[in-house]
Amino acid sequence: MLDESYYRKTDEIIARYGKEPKALIPVMQDVQAEYRYLPGELLSYIAKQIGITETKAYSVATFYENFSFEAKGKYVIKVCDGTACHVRHSTPVLEALWKELGLSKKKHTTDDMMFTVETVSCLGACGLAPTMMVNDQVHPSMTPEKALALIEELRRNG
Amino acid sequence: MGTITINGKKYEFTNEKNVLSIIRKAGIEIPTLCYQPELSVFGACRLCTVEDDRGRCFASCSEEPRDGMVIYTHTERLRKHRKLIVELLLAAHCRDCTTCDKHGKCKLQQLAYQLGVNKVRFENHREEQPVDFSSPSIVRDPNKCVLCGNCVRACSELQGIGVLGFAHRGTDAIVTPAFNRPMSETNCVGCGQCRVVCPTGALTIHHNMTEVWQALGDPNTRVVAQIAPAVRVAVSEAFGLPKGENSIGKIVAALHRMGFDQVYDTIYTADLTIMEESAEFLDRVANGGTLPLMTSCCPAWVKFVENEYPEFKPNISTCRSPQGMFSAVLKEYYRDEANAKGKKTVVVSIMPCTAKKLEAQRPDYRTYGEKDTDVVLTTKELIRMIDAHGINFETLPNEACDMPFGIGSGGGVIFGTTGGVTEAVLRRLTDGQDPNELATIAECGVRGKEGIREFTVPYKGMDVNICVASGLANAREVLESVKSGEKSYHFIEVMACPGGCVMGGGQPINGTKDVRRETRRQGLYNADSDLVIKSPHENPLMDVFYNGPFKDKTHELLHTSHHE
Repeated sequence: MLDESYYRKTDEIIARYGKEPKALIPVMQDVQAEYRYLPGELLSYIAKQIGITETKAYSVATFYENFSFEAKGKYVIKVCDGTACHVRHSTPVLEALWKELGLSKKKHTTDDMMFTVETVSCLGACGLAPTMMVNDQVHPSMTPEKALALIEELRRNG
Repeated sequence: MGTITINGKKYEFTNEKNVLSIIRKAGIEIPTLCYQPELSVFGACRLCTVEDDRGRCFASCSEEPRDGMVIYTHTERLRKHRKLIVELLLAAHCRDCTTCDKHGKCKLQQLAYQLGVNKVRFENHREEQPVDFSSPSIVRDPNKCVLCGNCVRACSELQGIGVLGFAHRGTDAIVTPAFNRPMSETNCVGCGQCRVVCPTGALTIHHNMTEVWQALGDPNTRVVAQIAPAVRVAVSEAFGLPKGENSIGKIVAALHRMGFDQVYDTIYTADLTIMEESAEFLDRVANGGTLPLMTSCCPAWVKFVENEYPEFKPNISTCRSPQGMFSAVLKEYYRDEANAKGKKTVVVSIMPCTAKKLEAQRPDYRTYGEKDTDVVLTTKELIRMIDAHGINFETLPNEACDMPFGIGSGGGVIFGTTGGVTEAVLRRLTDGQDPNELATIAECGVRGKEGIREFTVPYKGMDVNICVASGLANAREVLESVKSGEKSYHFIEVMACPGGCVMGGGQPINGTKDVRRETRRQGLYNADSDLVIKSPHENPLMDVFYNGPFKDKTHELLHTSHHE
């Protein structure tokens, strides 16, 4: 059960866009920006408020890779797996990160809530392939070794 | 308006909404998985693709007809195209056909055979999903889903509920309730309309045949059956007899042969329902009770109100459904040791309905703490059991129901079609057994085919405004109009399945929806015509009930509280 404050915040966000079905995506985006993820309870609440079924809201939320029902870690690492990065060996980078952090295709976030590893289809920086983003910062020409060194550094920073 | 050339022959068309309906009207069968005429066009399966004279291919379900169109429906190119689609669907499909509930009735299986798919070249990369048995009505097996979306649209467009939806994307896409919840934790009312439109075994009836076989095999158990009105007009077609034929006599005979000790017809308690519900109606009118009175026979409708319109709960009649009444009466009868004779009694009700399985589990469908209905079988399960017992249904003689509860009226029989309950109430209120009066009632608007019908009937100086609706999306519309004050009725009948129980979620699915609905509906009206007793209060057993050993127990046995 979420704290009452979550619902008040969501009300505020919904008020920005109006209680209409078309407000679904912008509301979900703002809620996710607020909490770094989209709590399931809030998705059900949004659906009810804007007059669509919970199923429909769930359908839209799961369609887009961007929305996450799980709380994300402090560092969100996006490994690009677009065509250019893929052919320049992004998969070993991803696998090295998974192995180091104990994550997998199913498990995206470490138990200590420090790291979230996900893949994206293109970061628009194909010239720097294979690329990776940590929160808002782009890291070019990655190798498994560089990725692990980066993790070490982030851990030291805490 | 115009002409379209299909496979070299010209056909006129008028207002058909798509090319596919013209093709079908021309008597050409073209495969589809995702097309259902009563639902919106989805265009997902691409099997109805046709080719025009310039070699352009398009899905005929989503193409508007144009004058002068020249199309081909079965060219070599299209055959290859369709075959590949089916092969790809099969690649991502659980192929345990022999143990599948849909075996022999599965559209995908039929298409694979028709199109000559004799090998699937691709590996299945879909992760195996757990099968959801949580609902007592419906089993959901995502491993057999072809993502045609029929269930998604049936649930939201016909029933206005929207329990099922698509989730995820691409190869990960599945049809599921929100948050992948088990069906039992959703707003599902158990109507089974999703299962009616599912082309494969992804949505099937939750079976209870094993429990019945076990009870039948136990010499210390008395197994008593009740058969709902709509069942009698949906069994014959499964055994090569005419569609919509009333085969109640053969069904009774089959059940006797299977070892049922007593076989009854639910129309007996449909009559009791009318006696009780019309009394309740008159009482509410006379004493300023909550109006409009809403019927309580349909468990999916009752659940719908509880889920989405709790403010209307007091409007729902306190009567138990006919299934609930019969089981309660039977259990009470056998509580008397003189009748029980040392045997345990198991009540099996045979229903056209998957929601009845849910109803039987409701806490308010218990008497003195004991469950009234032990097992609910659907018509589909009955057919399978008749088959499994090696009974040659076609050649069975007609047998009559047993006593002491074996008589019912025509008013009870027509409960199985939309408007039937209302018509029976009107027969009761007008005290009618006179043919002219019966004809007047039948023509007052109660027998129409529209999803929402309204009409006014004079009764003792009062104009009674009645609304009859079938399909929960229609019911929602009616409730909204009552809520807003736009409409004012005295009596509202709702059946959750469009067309009423004859089109229930537990019925067999052969031929088109229109034919099924029309033949079964007509079958029930014919059955009504064949019965001597038209009106519930003419049924001699009503007198026995109200003045016999149950006379002080009518409330406990026949009523429930949907409010608690």
